[in-house]
Amino acid sequence: MNPRKYLKVYTKFLHTSLASELEYKTNILIDLITAILSLIGSIFLLSIFFQNDGIIGGWEFEQALIIQSIYTILNGITNTWFNPNLSEIVKHIREGTLDFVLLKPIDSQFYISLKKINPSGFLEIMLGFFLLFFCININQININLGFLALCLITIICSICILYSLWFFISTTTIWFVKTWNATEVLRSFLYIGRFPLNSFSFSLRIFFSVFIPIAFITTIPSEVFLGLSQVWKILLEVIVAGVFLFSSRKFWLFALKFYSSASS
Amino acid sequence: MKSKLINRKIVTLLQVQYSNMLEYRVEIALWAISGVIPFFMLNIWTNNNLNESINISDVMLSRYFLCAFFVRQFSVVWVVFSFEEDSLMGKISPYLIQPLNPFFRYFTQHLAEQITRFPFALIIAFFFFIFNPESIWIPNLGILFLSTISTFLSFLIQFLIQSIVACLCFWTEKASSIERLLFIPTLFLSGLLAPVISFPEYVKSWIYYTPFPYLIDFPANVLSGNETNISGGFSMQILWILLLFPVFRKIWSSGTKKYTAMGS
Repeated sequence: MNPRKYLKVYTKFLHTSLASELEYKTNILIDLITAILSLIGSIFLLSIFFQNDGIIGGWEFEQALIIQSIYTILNGITNTWFNPNLSEIVKHIREGTLDFVLLKPIDSQFYISLKKINPSGFLEIMLGFFLLFFCININQININLGFLALCLITIICSICILYSLWFFISTTTIWFVKTWNATEVLRSFLYIGRFPLNSFSFSLRIFFSVFIPIAFITTIPSEVFLGLSQVWKILLEVIVAGVFLFSSRKFWLFALKFYSSASS
Repeated sequence: MKSKLINRKIVTLLQVQYSNMLEYRVEIALWAISGVIPFFMLNIWTNNNLNESINISDVMLSRYFLCAFFVRQFSVVWVVFSFEEDSLMGKISPYLIQPLNPFFRYFTQHLAEQITRFPFALIIAFFFFIFNPESIWIPNLGILFLSTISTFLSFLIQFLIQSIVACLCFWTEKASSIERLLFIPTLFLSGLLAPVISFPEYVKSWIYYTPFPYLIDFPANVLSGNETNISGGFSMQILWILLLFPVFRKIWSSGTKKYTAMGS
């Protein structure tokens, strides 16, 4: 492991993929409009839910907006890094080009996870941050250094869990060849991350915190922002993130043992 | 004589596409699973007693969301993605030489996929009834017939809209981002996530003039036995088809004139 070499390689990746994505400039504009509309749509949906008595699962509308903003940030990260790269694994395996990746004198997981970048996701991340600052304002949250550090830790853990989930599913391609739509299943499950976990029934809550830990991804960071979270929840998230990252790495190395290149 | 020939072509295409789809049945099962979002939404609705404000009983609401799931399953359209890939890869050229509009090929592909999807959708509905036994009901034959027709008309509307977008590939090469943009209003306004009746007044005043409520809300209401204006809904669906079809014809003919084969 040589961090400087990897940093250098990563700047090259950034350069090439940005250059190729900027070829389609109108696409980026359309993606921006899509991101804005999608945010408006989900706030609209949220407002319908709050029409009845103004509280869902113990969350008020202003508080639920924080979940929405964190979801938007994470969705932007997914669209910038995870989606363009990890859907590529499927292509690599179907067309046998994974051989070329494995032969390179560089870590294959690094190459596969960070090769491409989709700049239109940045706009979504920015949109999410705007909403987050707005929410911090209307919820009158006091910001100090310790609080910021805690928020940062939980969000980084959420990103790690999200990445591991994506990477897990994409890795199964080695056995099933076509898992492009397994990521689609994950996407539709992640959709519930837009809502507070407490608004679901008990059985779904268990499902989404034990099997697919979507609960950890958006609800816990939002609780931290509101100062509602207990210490054990944050610790639990850190542990879950660590376990997920570690096991996704192990799973990739394990799966590679079963990879036989295209013609064999 | 001519109609007989067309019939034979369509039957052959259907058979080919159906056996093709059966090859990828696992993939289609995954697609079916990725459509379960309406059930999560139902969970939020009933768990927070949100239906009080719109005067729909729990049972009727769960039937509504089950029907929304079904209608969505049988009106999913992805023609723009297939067409974009084919046109980028230059596969459109041989299709254009054949004495058959290439869109027939995509059309039968969708129909075949729906036939393959049917058993999986039934299995998911079966599980739904296990968890919600009180919502079991059997719609009578007339209702079944009407809702099948309205679902098919909804599929036709979406197919026409997407075909029009797909034809933009002749000009821009990447038309799928436009489709993603159009998908956002479809997602939030069609009634997939919340019944249109629950929308606030300022939306309800204009939404019935757009095609969106007729894509999922109207067929789902017909099938689930919720109150809806049947003749009005059907006439709006047919009106939209009559409006969209000439647009498609026009854009197709000018697109094929613009088309230049790969390498020319």
